[in-house]
Amino acid sequence: MFIPFHTCIFHQYHSIFICMTQIQIPSPLRQYSGKQAAVDVPGKTVGEALAGLVSLHPELKRHLYTDDGKLRAFVNVYVNDEDMRYLQKEATALKDGDTISIVPSIAGGCGVMICRL
Amino acid sequence: MATVPDVNSVKAPPVLSNDEILRYSRHLIMPEVGMEGQQKLKAAKVLCIGAGGLGSPLALYLTAAGVGTLGIVDFDVVDYTNLQRQIIHTTADVGRKKLDSASDKLKAINPFLNLRTFDTKLTSANALELFREFDIVADGTDNFPTRYLVNDACVLTGKPNVYGSIFRFEGQASVFATKDGPCYRCLYPEPPPPGLVPSCAEGGVLGILPGLVGVIQATETIKLILGQGDSLAGRLLLVDALGMKFRELKLRKNPDCPVCGTHRTITKLIDYEEFCGVRGQEAPVYGGDLPLISVEELKKKLDAKADIFVLDVREPHEYQICNLGGYLIPLGDLPKRISELDSSRQIVAHCKMGGRSAKAVAFLKQAGFAKVSNLTGGITAWAERIDTKMPKY
Repeated sequence: MFIPFHTCIFHQYHSIFICMTQIQIPSPLRQYSGKQAAVDVPGKTVGEALAGLVSLHPELKRHLYTDDGKLRAFVNVYVNDEDMRYLQKEATALKDGDTISIVPSIAGGCGVMICRL
Repeated sequence: MATVPDVNSVKAPPVLSNDEILRYSRHLIMPEVGMEGQQKLKAAKVLCIGAGGLGSPLALYLTAAGVGTLGIVDFDVVDYTNLQRQIIHTTADVGRKKLDSASDKLKAINPFLNLRTFDTKLTSANALELFREFDIVADGTDNFPTRYLVNDACVLTGKPNVYGSIFRFEGQASVFATKDGPCYRCLYPEPPPPGLVPSCAEGGVLGILPGLVGVIQATETIKLILGQGDSLAGRLLLVDALGMKFRELKLRKNPDCPVCGTHRTITKLIDYEEFCGVRGQEAPVYGGDLPLISVEELKKKLDAKADIFVLDVREPHEYQICNLGGYLIPLGDLPKRISELDSSRQIVAHCKMGGRSAKAVAFLKQAGFAKVSNLTGGITAWAERIDTKMPKY
């Protein structure tokens, strides 16, 4: 099945295209994203796209954000293959075709499989 | 690309015997390895942390390839649940030390191997001394404290850290702590706090995955020794075995990294259990306050037809393996399904081992449930002491 990385929807009421960005969800978080491996959300910046993600899937919120609404320090967010910490962080502008990845810390190797996010 | 210190500049390259030349002929006839490369392999000293899922393919392939000195650190014993993925061990090895089991296989594959085994847990007290004796460290551990320990000890001793990590059907691989490359802390400055997600509920790994990732680690190790190709230093390889997709992300050396940045605050090894917030995790976190019930007490009460509501907080696929006939609400669903429970009844919560159910009991206590207790040792203790015909997993 072909899954487009990026789709634009024509919004009839406003007569504009709303561009959607795909966010890749790592397997440990899929239980909070309705089992979806990727979620399409609207947003002009990384911050807006992530906000869109948690409004679609509210259970993801506490895993990605602290109680005072900041993105958790151990959550690594990439835009395409670049760490957003080396771009403009959450203010990083999204352009057509961009993909956001949430990269979890995983520690499994020899015995017990551990993942925390 | 960063390589290991050129051992050949220190000592004359080791000479290969005729038997070794025959054994490594498929290496010797390719220009990327050749006699010079095979001598580098023979002179190389690689330390493998763990002889488990990742360590199995790593050790097997490095040994076959002709790495001269292989160290393995492990203190574990082979059990039946290892055999699904830890291919260096066989059914006959169950109950043996992993080091003994691994030694037999590796020596059988390559009698020219100088194998050094370290029957110990890697700690802040022994890591630096151990790492100094090797050229490259391959990290096949399974927990956050050891991941950070291996990284910091590699940075402090200047040894490349060939990293691999797996979870369910996803893997990661990279090469950290090369001369100018990023380290593990550049990618993950701090570990996630424990307990945000019940980790054992999600445990499990596709048996083939450590093979895939461990072989990538072995490949990177051999490339570092040979000084050939493009190493994964500065790149994080993401492996998705279900989608069979390989992606790579750019890694950068973080100038603010506490261990390898410009203003270093970590100049010696620290207490990694404390750093990762797992100190005392062996003893139940809520143990002091939570009412406990043993499997014997529960059996007695159930036999006496006491009014007890058994709450199983495991996942549905675990329930299918074995159950106590309890009411199933996975821990993650408990908050939204709490209305299904009757707070006036005596509730005994259980999971596989008692960790998740401790969280469930703590949560229910907070929610005002007075008569709730945690089954010590979980369904595993039940299978061991009450119903020995029940499968353990």
